Amino acid sequence: MIRVQKENFDVGAEINALSHGNTAIGGICSFVGLVRDFQHTKEDNTRVCAMTLEHYPGMTEKKLAEIEETARQRWPLEDVLIIHRYGRMEPGENIVLVVTASAHRQAAFESAQFLMDFLKTKAPFWKLEEDNTGTGSWVDARESDDDALSKWEK
Amino acid sequence: MKVLYFAWLRTKIGCAEEEIDLPDTVKTVGDVLDYLRTKGEVYAEALGEDKVIRVALNQDYAQMDDTIQNGDEFAIFPPVTGG
Repeated sequence: MIRVQKENFDVGAEINALSHGNTAIGGICSFVGLVRDFQHTKEDNTRVCAMTLEHYPGMTEKKLAEIEETARQRWPLEDVLIIHRYGRMEPGENIVLVVTASAHRQAAFESAQFLMDFLKTKAPFWKLEEDNTGTGSWVDARESDDDALSKWEK
Repeated sequence: MKVLYFAWLRTKIGCAEEEIDLPDTVKTVGDVLDYLRTKGEVYAEALGEDKVIRVALNQDYAQMDDTIQNGDEFAIFPPVTGG
């Protein structure tokens, strides 16, 4: 299941809801992405204090659903949950949740990492950093994210 | 054709979406970008060869030689930075 939302999410409640009543699940793996406490000071002495995530409504849901389907074909998964937030967030807030459930741990671990690597490079989200003067600057994509993706290519 | 812009392309071009009337000679994704570059300096700069951009056609990533059709949804954006 995928959800794209502005609101925060409760990690424990989401995991409980996913596993409830499904006794075929032997292991659950979760990844939570947070807004980092950006303590780096930029060249002009301003400091990043929040970020806003923009996305492409429609394509986001389509890509996340495709990523979920690919993972389900590749690993024997009992359930999958991807939640990605958009809008303005401050350091410490949740951005993304990936939960995978399987009979055994290996499928859960591997598929969770696969989902995150794909999501980082394929889901149409863009981060706008906001500094303490209210100025926004768009975050550049990282090549290391593409490298992370390439290891899943068979 | 409906053209959408996201992230810095949206702020640079100054709108989130617009309806563009394309001449009949425009047949591929690359042709659309070439045509947009003729719409003014802002477009030429935002879509310049030095810029790294991605195109989605009907919400799927597209290649430059993909063929476009009337009624397609055409989106231009920078490499993604979610997660």
